[in-house]
Amino acid sequence: MENSKNIFNENPKSSLAKVLDIITTMASKPSGFIGLAILIFHVILAISSPWFAPYDYKAINPSLMLNAPSSEFWFGTDSLGRDVFTRTILGGRTALTITFFGSIIALLWGGLLGIFCGLVGGRIDDIVMRIVDAFLSIPWILAMLLIVSLLGTTTEVLIPALGFFYGKGIVRVARAATHDVIAKDFIVSAKARGHSNLSIIWNEILPNVRDAILVEGAMRWSWMLLGFSSLSFLGFGVSPPTPDWGLMISNARGLMSFAWWAVIAPIVGLSSLIIGINLTADAFAKALGIDRSTKAPV
Amino acid sequence: MKTNIQEIKDLSIGFKSQKGKQISILRNITTNIRKGETVGIVGESGSGKSTLALAMMGYIKHGLFTTRGECLFKSQNLLSLNNKELEEIRGRKIAMIPQNAGQALTPNLKIGYQIEEALRLHTDYSKTEREKKISELLNQVRLPSPKIMALRYPHELSGGQQQRVAVAMALAGNPELLLLDEPTTGLDVTTQAHVLELLKDIAKDTGTSMVYVSHDLGAIAQVCDRVIVMYAGEIVLEGPVRKILKEPIHPYTYGLLKSIPKLSLAGLPDSMPGSQPQPGNIGSGCSFYDRCNFSNDKCKVNVPKLEYISEMDTSVRCFNHSELISITSEQKSKNHLQKEITIDEILDLKDVSISYAKQGIIDQFLNKVTDTNPTVKDINININKGETIALVGESGSGKSTILKSIAGLLKTKDGYIKFDKEKLLSGDLKKRNSEDLRSIQLIFQNPDESLNPNHTVEQILSQPLKLYFGLTGSKLKSSIAELLEKVRLGAFYMSRYPRQLSGGEKQRIAVARAFAARPDIILCDEVTSALDVSVQAAVLDLLQKLKEELGTTYVFVSHDLAVVKAISDRVAVLYQGRLCEIGPSKNVYQFPSHPYTEVLIGAVLEPDPDIKPKLVAEDIVEEKPPEIGCSFQGRCPRIIGDKCRNETPPWQIGDNGNAIRCHIGIEELKIQQSQC
Repeated sequence: MENSKNIFNENPKSSLAKVLDIITTMASKPSGFIGLAILIFHVILAISSPWFAPYDYKAINPSLMLNAPSSEFWFGTDSLGRDVFTRTILGGRTALTITFFGSIIALLWGGLLGIFCGLVGGRIDDIVMRIVDAFLSIPWILAMLLIVSLLGTTTEVLIPALGFFYGKGIVRVARAATHDVIAKDFIVSAKARGHSNLSIIWNEILPNVRDAILVEGAMRWSWMLLGFSSLSFLGFGVSPPTPDWGLMISNARGLMSFAWWAVIAPIVGLSSLIIGINLTADAFAKALGIDRSTKAPV
Repeated sequence: MKTNIQEIKDLSIGFKSQKGKQISILRNITTNIRKGETVGIVGESGSGKSTLALAMMGYIKHGLFTTRGECLFKSQNLLSLNNKELEEIRGRKIAMIPQNAGQALTPNLKIGYQIEEALRLHTDYSKTEREKKISELLNQVRLPSPKIMALRYPHELSGGQQQRVAVAMALAGNPELLLLDEPTTGLDVTTQAHVLELLKDIAKDTGTSMVYVSHDLGAIAQVCDRVIVMYAGEIVLEGPVRKILKEPIHPYTYGLLKSIPKLSLAGLPDSMPGSQPQPGNIGSGCSFYDRCNFSNDKCKVNVPKLEYISEMDTSVRCFNHSELISITSEQKSKNHLQKEITIDEILDLKDVSISYAKQGIIDQFLNKVTDTNPTVKDINININKGETIALVGESGSGKSTILKSIAGLLKTKDGYIKFDKEKLLSGDLKKRNSEDLRSIQLIFQNPDESLNPNHTVEQILSQPLKLYFGLTGSKLKSSIAELLEKVRLGAFYMSRYPRQLSGGEKQRIAVARAFAARPDIILCDEVTSALDVSVQAAVLDLLQKLKEELGTTYVFVSHDLAVVKAISDRVAVLYQGRLCEIGPSKNVYQFPSHPYTEVLIGAVLEPDPDIKPKLVAEDIVEEKPPEIGCSFQGRCPRIIGDKCRNETPPWQIGDNGNAIRCHIGIEELKIQQSQC
């Protein structure tokens, strides 16, 4: 019996233990801890805010127009006399939900198509990648505006549309990650045994590129959040009176010189969430051993 | 007694683990290098030999630190110098030759420029003197036409030539100590023998001290005066090369030498059980205790000291070394029964040609053949049931290419491969049926690459079982346990990941995966070359036992002629994708008829300082095979003129069963060979 006293006599960890392990590693560095803290704060806020919002977010009261922050209205009121604090804590809900599901769609189609292209190579890969390149060359905001103006701004339109446009980049990353493992002998071995492409993707490639794709997805989430807020800012995201940071900034920006509070609160909300996701994604990458500085996304 | 040029005193180097524990990689190393001598440092991977060599030039890898001791070069402690002071010493007084010269040379600078740079930094020569010196250095390392060579880029040189350039650069500063880290490991056998010859001559001519780090005892035997054997970060044996290799008085060295396959011995070498302990996992007693056949209770608790035995001029770290002295150095080896192979053809390669050239669209349309000189051409091999046939040759000989086309990973250009007498194997993997795919399995060179790092052993082994036999649940589990038993591993390995296994264990898993399909033929692609010697013997032994048990046929590809001799029944020698000689391995090794076989076998290095390699031909590397004539014409020492250049040589069959492809008659070749 060879080397029965191996130092690695640890029991294999359950997947839950592995996830906890990764989170502990992420939180052990200051940047990761801050990022995680901000992200968790935002998620909890988004889930629980309807229960403790002090006012009705759509209650218009002209007599309370543009009040400065006070003990009654912590963040002041906006041009229609609505409470800015209420609207700010509720303003992340739509954005978070839409972009979260959008990112999952982006990850799924982008990741799988990228892996498939990386695996089959040849002419199919060439054709698909040129199509992806063509889509990459279209400014996403123009394309989004077109889709939204044709199909409307409902959630059912926004989630797949955002998911599609942010998945293009993931195709490239997933394909590059696949190319790293495709030349390894365990893939050749699986091919020689006669496994189907699907089985090779699922069993051999996916476990090895999963980490890279997940990290990429986390980064895309923060970009998508910014993109979604931009759409709202332009008036193509959610429809009033739903509270949304992009929309709030858009509405209050003209009054910024004398009613700064109506702009500052949603800006802080949006930027802190994006920073939080970014820091978390970076810490996640480091905890998985992926160096984002050397493997820049395409 | 010569003066010491370098003294290492009680040196320990280690790192801090994640849990804050201090783990030693080198432990209490005390030795010295004398002026003008060549010292070999041998050990398996992880023994700390490279760390020691780097410490000798005052370099410690990032993350490691010196825990105690010093490394004195001319009574100056290198490990306490700052970078500026070290710059003065490195290159000028101590130079290093890296393992892979191809990666150590800057790819976009000309050879001459790189050597000039070394001269500029490490000497005080003027510009014109430097120009002259470049030619001198290139001459010294025996590179032809130095003037032209200096204008070339590294990629325009062969591996052996690149290594020579690295030697020239190291010699530029006229160093007193030369450190060589596995300088010939990546080279072909014939090239390796030539480079070693060169190093030996340089040591003799310049009087430079050399430290030669290698795992290859064959190379050590050729160049070194003194040998240091390392195990688990300690020196376990140190002494003159002859004493170490002929009368090894440490059980590890004894076992290591016995586990090396040799041309002079028939059959498989003895294997050594177990594997080297990991740093940080070394018990309280002797580090070799677990694997030692001579150990007693004393060894378990007490750490033996390095003891100097004056009559042998040898230091040894063992309590029981006197027992080993009494054992005769006579090596007995297990008898490998070369049983008669009954002619029962299982695989037939007929006129197989394989080309890597891709046809352009227009050529495809015009149905024009673009590649008239394919990588592999005219391969005719019949393989019988239950035999082990080995394909040997240097890199670029097409041996792996042939293997891939048998496995269906590469299409053949011409000819066919027939399986089990009537079934024609398609060149396209997708067109082969499941039964054919199951019958032929592959084992790869490097188990780190061939096992999915994210799968447990159970998942790895279940792949073929699920695919071919549709096993599930408890049936699957018991089959996996059975397979692990077959490769001498316990069922508790199931839940482990490849990274938790040693190199030998990983390769066993790869073997088990191939056998899981219950194949008729297993294709082995350099299966032992990524393994340590002691582990290699065990894997070869396993393959042999499995074959005897199950009657599997092996097609065994290797560049290591000693390994091939140990395991194969028949050998096919390839050069540039063309067959040179094929025959029963006993005969091919005993009477190599074809000039290339003669060159190849002559260049094998034996771990014995008294057996010198025979260097018959030049070590030129040819980029591609000649269009017409004999494939070996460029290097053949027995070339007879235009006939060899213009006509494809015919097959001749000798009375001992060897078939060769040569214009010279077999009898004539024998006479010529006996003359030199």
